[in-house]
Amino acid sequence: MVGREVGVSMTSTGTEASAAGWDEARLSEQFDATIAKDQRIEPRDWMPDGYRRTLIRQIAQHAHSEIIGMQPEGDWITRAPSLRRKAILFAKVQDEAGHGLYLYSAAETLGADRAELTDALIEGRQKYSSIFNYPTPTFADVGVIGWFVDGAAICNQVPLCRCSYGPYARAMVRVCKEESFHQRQGYELLLTMMRGTDGQRAMVQDAVDRWWWPSLMMFGPPDDDSPNSARSMAWKIKRHSNDELRQRFVDMTVPQAEKLGVTLPDPELSWNEERGHHDFGTPDWSELQRVISGDGPRNVERVSRRRAAHEEGAWVREAATAHAAKQAARTQETARTQKTEGAAA
Amino acid sequence: MSDDHVYLSLAEGHDDSDARWAFGTGFEDPLHGVDQTVPEGTDSAQLAAFCLALGDDALVSAQRLAQWCTAAPELEEEVALANIGLDLLGQTRLLYARAGQVDGTGRGEDAYAYFRDADDFRNVRLAELPNGDFAFSITRLLVLSSWRLALFERLATTASDPVLAAIAAKGAKELAYHRQYAAEWVVRLGDGTEESQRRTRDALAAIAPYVDELFADDGELRTEVLAVLRQVTDAAGLVLPEVAPVPGHGRDGDRTEHLAPLLAELQSVARAHPEATW
Repeated sequence: MVGREVGVSMTSTGTEASAAGWDEARLSEQFDATIAKDQRIEPRDWMPDGYRRTLIRQIAQHAHSEIIGMQPEGDWITRAPSLRRKAILFAKVQDEAGHGLYLYSAAETLGADRAELTDALIEGRQKYSSIFNYPTPTFADVGVIGWFVDGAAICNQVPLCRCSYGPYARAMVRVCKEESFHQRQGYELLLTMMRGTDGQRAMVQDAVDRWWWPSLMMFGPPDDDSPNSARSMAWKIKRHSNDELRQRFVDMTVPQAEKLGVTLPDPELSWNEERGHHDFGTPDWSELQRVISGDGPRNVERVSRRRAAHEEGAWVREAATAHAAKQAARTQETARTQKTEGAAA
Repeated sequence: MSDDHVYLSLAEGHDDSDARWAFGTGFEDPLHGVDQTVPEGTDSAQLAAFCLALGDDALVSAQRLAQWCTAAPELEEEVALANIGLDLLGQTRLLYARAGQVDGTGRGEDAYAYFRDADDFRNVRLAELPNGDFAFSITRLLVLSSWRLALFERLATTASDPVLAAIAAKGAKELAYHRQYAAEWVVRLGDGTEESQRRTRDALAAIAPYVDELFADDGELRTEVLAVLRQVTDAAGLVLPEVAPVPGHGRDGDRTEHLAPLLAELQSVARAHPEATW
């Protein structure tokens, strides 16, 4: 199934196990027991095909999001207005490449192949977070992406540190540490800008206005419209519902916005004493649908840039492969010569 | 700090005195704790000009490497090229800081990076040439890092200014990695396929006229660096052609047409908001 869906060749532990005469029902029981005890599933453990498929899809999407997510901010590295900001941003975007690598590796522990996942991305067969399809017209966007987008990512990913699949959970621990650093840097940029000129303050408010609603959409559709959530929660891949995480993000962000001195663009936003949470307006879900289905402001540009880099780099990867093959052949030749000489002696 | 959730602590601890807590990069004085006196007998103006030129080489190179971001042939190369760019950016900041101390103006790093025009830059011209393809960029990186490493190793032990010597000693460790990375790729490309060999040969031919400028009249440096380069090109089955150098010298302010647009991009936001703080 996964093979057909994303072009992934994979080993099916389940099939091998059956062929070896194992009782699949018993393996399934053991798997369920491991999940129930909150223990980790590791790459060599038996797992249901659906679990494997769900994880490959989720981890690949996550990896793609890191890689595509380099673009909107990466555009500002060459123009960052101070050397300090340039270094911070350069390092952040580099971290995202590192996260992508880390996550593709986690997907490979499930039998996926990085090159095939990359093909799936550039051929539009796999998705990435739709937030990265929005443009970044000013430098304030760098700060607001750090604050909102990395913040929302952290809300989503902190629970994933306890995900039932070991390699993904461990990857998330490291990724979350770096994300929180990025988020602090983003917020700190905004604090500095808010203490600057009127023009800078206006830039920050404008960026907040543009990113707020798309950031709320990062948590996915409302719970009653999220068909795959229940199963992922049963498997402990997912720990909290979309709406829970969204509420958490809003509750945490409101005081930060006050501290910063910006207005969140939602007239319905208010503290609800009874619930102990903020009430807030409903995102325009049709916009999310449009962006997911490819009709966002920058969808075409993001994927085509990734495709261009991949295609233009093909000759480099071919050269590296050819060199490695030649090297291996030369080593083998040397070994054979030595052996022959040794035998002759 | 609330440590139960990384996000919760965000708005805490942000009074004005504690504003720049994205730690590690927010230094007011990058050479804090270092004895910054210029030693007797050292010509301050010359020292400042030298630091500035070395800083310009690093800044322009870092900018070119930043232009590779999201365009590299593989994710490992994204990470490596950014890493090298960041090292060079770090070298820029230290060298500009030293220049600002000894030229008597007290200017900070951003004044040098953002508020000088192309005519005022003193980098070698090889650094400012456009990136071209991966073969050109990686071959240029090999040449520049081999040269800079030789120069920094020498400065680390012989510079009369201890601050410059310390900056060079730190930088040499980084440059040794840059050189190794580039050399490995040049060997791969030279040995790889017909296409990679052709592209790398073309890159060497395009770079060759700008190599002479790196050495000025320093024969010893020339011999050392060319020997390193020959070792790599031999392993790659390639040759750095001997050609007539392009006239002029980047250190004297001669520029190609490529520096001004590079700086226009680098300086665009800073110059659009001259009153702003970032």
